[in-house]
Amino acid sequence: MNVLILMIPAVLALGAAGLAAFVWALKSGQFEDPKGDAVRILGDTDRPG
Amino acid sequence: MSAVAAGCPNRLAPASAPAPIQDPSAFVVERSGVKSLDILVRGASCAGCLGKIEGAVSRLSGVDNVRLNLSTGSLHVEWKGALAPRAILESVSSLGYGASAFDQGQPEEGRARTERSLLIAMVVAGFAAGNVMLLSEAIWWAKDISAETRALIQWLSALVSIPATAFAGRPFFISAIASVAQRKLNMDVPISLAVISALGLSLYETAVGGTHTFYDAPVMLLFFLLIGRFLDARLRRQVYSAANALAALQTATATRIGLSGIAEAVRASDVKAGDMLVISAGERLAIDAEVISGDSAADLRLVTGEVEPAATFAGQILHAGSVNLSAPLRVRAVSPASQSLMADIGRLLEAGEQRKSTYRKIADKAAELYVPYVHATAVLGFMGWMMFGAAPAQAAYIAVTVLIITCPCALALAAPLVQVVAAGRLFREGAFLASGDALERIATVDYVIFDKTGTLTLGDPVLRPEPDRHGRLELAATLARASRHPFSRAIVRAAGPGQLAKEVVEHPGQGVSGRISGRPARLGSASFVGVADRPSSALWFAIDGEAPEAFYFDDVVRPDAAETVGRLRAMGIDVAILSGDGDERVARAAAAAGVETWTARATPQSKAVYLEALEKAGRRAMMVGDGLNDAGALARAHASLATGGAVDVSRLASDCVFSGESLSTVATIIEVARAARRRMRENFAFAAIYNIVAIPIALAGLSTPLVAAIGMSASSAVVTLNAFRLAMRGRPNRRAGA
Repeated sequence: MNVLILMIPAVLALGAAGLAAFVWALKSGQFEDPKGDAVRILGDTDRPG
Repeated sequence: MSAVAAGCPNRLAPASAPAPIQDPSAFVVERSGVKSLDILVRGASCAGCLGKIEGAVSRLSGVDNVRLNLSTGSLHVEWKGALAPRAILESVSSLGYGASAFDQGQPEEGRARTERSLLIAMVVAGFAAGNVMLLSEAIWWAKDISAETRALIQWLSALVSIPATAFAGRPFFISAIASVAQRKLNMDVPISLAVISALGLSLYETAVGGTHTFYDAPVMLLFFLLIGRFLDARLRRQVYSAANALAALQTATATRIGLSGIAEAVRASDVKAGDMLVISAGERLAIDAEVISGDSAADLRLVTGEVEPAATFAGQILHAGSVNLSAPLRVRAVSPASQSLMADIGRLLEAGEQRKSTYRKIADKAAELYVPYVHATAVLGFMGWMMFGAAPAQAAYIAVTVLIITCPCALALAAPLVQVVAAGRLFREGAFLASGDALERIATVDYVIFDKTGTLTLGDPVLRPEPDRHGRLELAATLARASRHPFSRAIVRAAGPGQLAKEVVEHPGQGVSGRISGRPARLGSASFVGVADRPSSALWFAIDGEAPEAFYFDDVVRPDAAETVGRLRAMGIDVAILSGDGDERVARAAAAAGVETWTARATPQSKAVYLEALEKAGRRAMMVGDGLNDAGALARAHASLATGGAVDVSRLASDCVFSGESLSTVATIIEVARAARRRMRENFAFAAIYNIVAIPIALAGLSTPLVAAIGMSASSAVVTLNAFRLAMRGRPNRRAGA
């Protein structure tokens, strides 16, 4: 059972990493315009900005 | 080069007809040399639209940054230099999309921030709930777990659960403290108590090496509750921005003449009493003003409910919502408070608001019942077990499990979730709810009162069809095209596109003259055309040497008015019309809509008095209106709806604003509100039954953490699913083409 001492924190750390990634994505505005982003990727010109 | 097709290149949305553009200068924000403007774009729906609009605007000189948000329809433009903001709107409009500038403002940002912080709190609670639940499983199901392993798992759970609760529970703790400070009880008080006592008990158990810890309970409870709060905040923001978009279509700017005589566009909210303004033909007044000079006619439909335009004269007070029809007017802004009509309406509004604030929400009533009852049970349980010789720790354990297992969760979710789902459904129908308790009030309505002009009717007069006109209609239209008078426009609509007569001159308040195939012709009032005076709701047309001919107009009821009235009657609701317009027109509209009770020539005061009398008679009336003259009645009514085209005051006084041409939305709103009330009652009944079962179990000391977890999540899930039944059982869309 000693392996739990490693495994449980590892699992929690992975979960926390996922949580942090989501919070980062949210704060960097990646959910602001889902519809626009879905069609923007189809355009062939990549305007800066 | 061929012209680019108007509107969406993929034909996913119809192109917007070119519309007059308001000068958006007042909405430009300047920050360290960079100017920015937010524009609401209508009709953009695909990648093609995106490229077309962003491409065209970015080619304007000085534009640095253009971004169209397809999800919200807002176009953000940043530029440097002298580019006129009007040019941006014109460029979007010329592509065949509707464009209007709007004020992003502070409230919008505040709402977005609240929504985001609730979302983060929700995902943190969800993360903690998932992980702590899995850790707890190990303790619940393991047959031969060593005390050390159990202690390790418990401490790890505490490590996750305590910070997560402290973070995700803030909205509840803050609200609970505020509520207690005001010596009131809301649902956040028992929630905070249950969460904190569950953590306290678990920490104690862990410290003394006990087996029963509830680290999963607080985070799970918060997770469920935050889902509800987040959905609520998101919907509120959507409703707010949609209502804002409606408002953006109305006049929000004014043209002010500065001291140097130069005209500048300013926000309506920046106009001060005494400012000189120019109101161009076709413009809607955003403020109350006194006419200084200019001969014109004003459309007062939104102010008085009368269809007939009135001639303007110097010294006349025009109220916000009036539309200037034929010629530019110079006016001086007057302060709203100094005006008797506005002051009266203000008093009516205030009286109505005070009355409404006394309404107690179902959820608050539930909290007031729940808190003393459950907390007294917990205290009694503690004392009872002490009397029967239990150790204080054991008695405290039982008292705390009563608080945890009775779970304010189901009760706290019962009403708000239903409101969120119902408001979401109404949102899709084009109705924007102002508050959750509005829904509860609308559900109890048994009398609906319609304003006539613009609410029950389309508002715009329509040419009364008559069989043979010898082509006169087309000839009259050649003159009518030069005028903004509602009757002229009705003729143009009936005649369709065509030519304009020669030498056309508009005579404000009288008519239009011009030459048709070389012969002088006139279109206008009876006296203008030179016939004996007759009832004025006609337009006369004469060509030199021929007998004048009259055109009559009706204020036609909306195509679905009769059907809506029928649906309301079938729901056991009485219907009446309360209008400021003349008897004959109100009677005709009432007959067309199938309404027997009607009152004409109502003033703002008499409308409010009418509603007061109904309330005294024990009726719960809902007012549906749009005009300034309806504002007092809207505020006074038990519940109120305003149309999307309503004046600001009326919109603010209402519980719900509905857009679109369809009147049947009114019946749908009441149906949804009634269904929502049923769902709420079911939810409260279920939460009560759950507690009746759960409390004896907890009092008997049988509620292990596993029982608590199952009970809490199952009761929350039942309440949630019941609320979502509202969204699933949608009626077929009744808005058939018409």
